[in-house]
Amino acid sequence: MNIVVCVKQVPDTWAEKKLNPADKTQDRDSVDNVMNEIDEYAVEEALRIKEKLGTGEVTVLTMGPDKAVETIRKALSMGADKAVHISDPALHGTCVVQTSAVLAAALKGLEWDLVIAGSEATDSRVSVMAPLLSEQLGVPQLSLARKVTVDGGNVTVERVTEDGYDVVSAATPAIVSVVEKTNEPRYPSFKGIMAAKKKPLETKTVADLGIDAGTVGLAGATSEVVDFANRPPRSKGEIVKDEGDGGVKIATYLAGQKLI
Amino acid sequence: MAEVLVLVEHTDGTPKKVSFELLTFAKRLGTPSAVVLGGPGAGAAAEKLKEYGAEKVYVGESADLVDYLVAPKAEVLAELVGKTSPAAVLVASTSESKEVAARVAVKTGSGLITDAVDVSAEGIATQNIYGGAIVVQSKVSKGTPIITVRPNSVAAEAAAGAGTVENLTVSVSDAAKGARVVEKVAEKKSGRPELTEASIVVSGGRGLGGAEHFAVVEALADELHAAVGASRAATDAGWYPHTFQVGQTGKTVSPQLYIACGISGAIQHRAGMQTSKTIVAINKDPEAPIFELADFGVVGDLFQVVPQLTEEVKKRHG
Ligand SMILES: Cc1cc2nc3c(=O)[nH]c(=O)nc-3n(C[C@H](O)[C@H](O)[C@H](O)COP(=O)(O)OP(=O)(O)OC[C@H]3O[C@@H](n4cnc5c(N)ncnc54)[C@H](O)[C@@H]3O)c2cc1C
Ligand SMILES: Nc1ncnc2c1ncn2[C@@H]1O[C@H](COP(=O)(O)O)[C@@H](O)[C@H]1O
Repeated sequence: MNIVVCVKQVPDTWAEKKLNPADKTQDRDSVDNVMNEIDEYAVEEALRIKEKLGTGEVTVLTMGPDKAVETIRKALSMGADKAVHISDPALHGTCVVQTSAVLAAALKGLEWDLVIAGSEATDSRVSVMAPLLSEQLGVPQLSLARKVTVDGGNVTVERVTEDGYDVVSAATPAIVSVVEKTNEPRYPSFKGIMAAKKKPLETKTVADLGIDAGTVGLAGATSEVVDFANRPPRSKGEIVKDEGDGGVKIATYLAGQKLI
Repeated sequence: MAEVLVLVEHTDGTPKKVSFELLTFAKRLGTPSAVVLGGPGAGAAAEKLKEYGAEKVYVGESADLVDYLVAPKAEVLAELVGKTSPAAVLVASTSESKEVAARVAVKTGSGLITDAVDVSAEGIATQNIYGGAIVVQSKVSKGTPIITVRPNSVAAEAAAGAGTVENLTVSVSDAAKGARVVEKVAEKKSGRPELTEASIVVSGGRGLGGAEHFAVVEALADELHAAVGASRAATDAGWYPHTFQVGQTGKTVSPQLYIACGISGAIQHRAGMQTSKTIVAINKDPEAPIFELADFGVVGDLFQVVPQLTEEVKKRHG
């Protein structure tokens, strides 16, 4: 079974994230960038499926600026076999819908039975890449999986829902997204890190994918940020030590705020 | 005035509060039309929807809409968008409806805005991004604005609407039947308010030390008519069902009051509660990052502080 994992490079989880005042896009230069945390679970899940079946290849796919290659290297050092990096200045500011169109175009050029994405990126938090890709490619969506089982040409997932979970099943090819309950991602080994340097990495431009540059980037975006404002940080609250009356003190505070 | 389609959030024909909130926003933009999709019986929602201003209620009932994941609902909704050319489509920011919205955006060549907390008459959506550190105003620039709105973003306003029911013929294509729902498993209902809709949330974390100790949190929640939440540490340990997880990969809540008991305040937890109006924290570690957010915090043992708080609230409520 061949699997493509979609990974995204995002600002470090703990970094103070900002927007560029000029074009209102995410500032990727003032922060450390890392692989989106949940995408590590997506890579891990792909590797586990491959290891269990004993066949197939795991390809990493990312769309992002040149430095996103660091994220690709991480996935390769975890054990993925090869990578496709879509990188083009024309992509700066691409909206989520058009991102899915670009990823879909790249996926059309690859051979796969399964695509695995993360459930959500920590920066955009849009969390609908799997349904977008499913719609773009006309293959079933198996999203928000906390458990993935592959059985021949069928994939069954436990999908987390608002009030429990659904068991959902589809024939391959299919698009899966995973939540952080699926597995525990491995750390790259020293050997893995060394091996990653020699693994095939293909870089593609928008033109290589047959996409008109006018349909992506800020110009082609289907939505736009009109304005933004940094919210002042929450003012420091009152922190007291419990002297045996901590509960009463909270009640008094809540009453003062008319919350009880 | 152009129609504004509202995808109704409901449980077997009983609309959820967020549906009325969506109708309230829809009125700003045009003439609200509710769209109820579900299995047989879903249309029962129509009665309540007209009390919140729905002029039309489109009802699509078919087992296919619940037996196959998301794609069939998107197909029906996209078809309706084609037929009615609405000024906008408003959808609740629940995990499933966001996915319906995403598919409709692709199908109709439209832009998608997720997790709005406000929508203006001009269709400008307000979003809190980066854990509430930045407030963004955005608009859709292609096709029909498809906007998903967080629960609790506005007070639902009652308003009489005609509520004219229009039944849709649902015929789902084979292509949309790719992902079959084999089984649906629901956690048992607690009788407490729904987490994303509650005006008060009391959450417990690893500091509770065991499933049995969640009773301490539940007792306070019941006294405050609050919902119960949990950190990932607590849900992963199996102390509380995952459906109550608050945070980046759990639910996002924005209540009037959030009380964190024995929760350290990791960034992933904050991502789901940071925009709460008032935050109270009880933690025995004065260095816990949750205190950076708290409007009021007590450094102490939650097993002393929380029961005392519960008693005190009980006294004050008389
Ligand atoms: C991809 C990813 C997604 C994640 N998503 C989420 C998410 O959605 N939601 C989420 O919550 N986390 C999430 N996490 C996990 C997050 O990073 C933290 O590990 C988690 O929030 C910690 O939970 P906690 O605060 O209960 O536990 P801890 O961090 O262990 O904190 C427990 C706290 O309890 C205090 N305490 C202990 N005993 C007592 C007592 N008797 N009285 C008072 N205080 C006491 C301690 O001082 C401590 O501060 C995610 C992590 C990853 C990698
Ligand atoms: N630029 C990108 N390149 C590759 N994968 C992406 C990209 N953006 C999003 N994804 C995938 O989509 C998931 C959800 O991201 P998002 O929809 O941004 O919350 C991520 O976890 C990735 O798997």
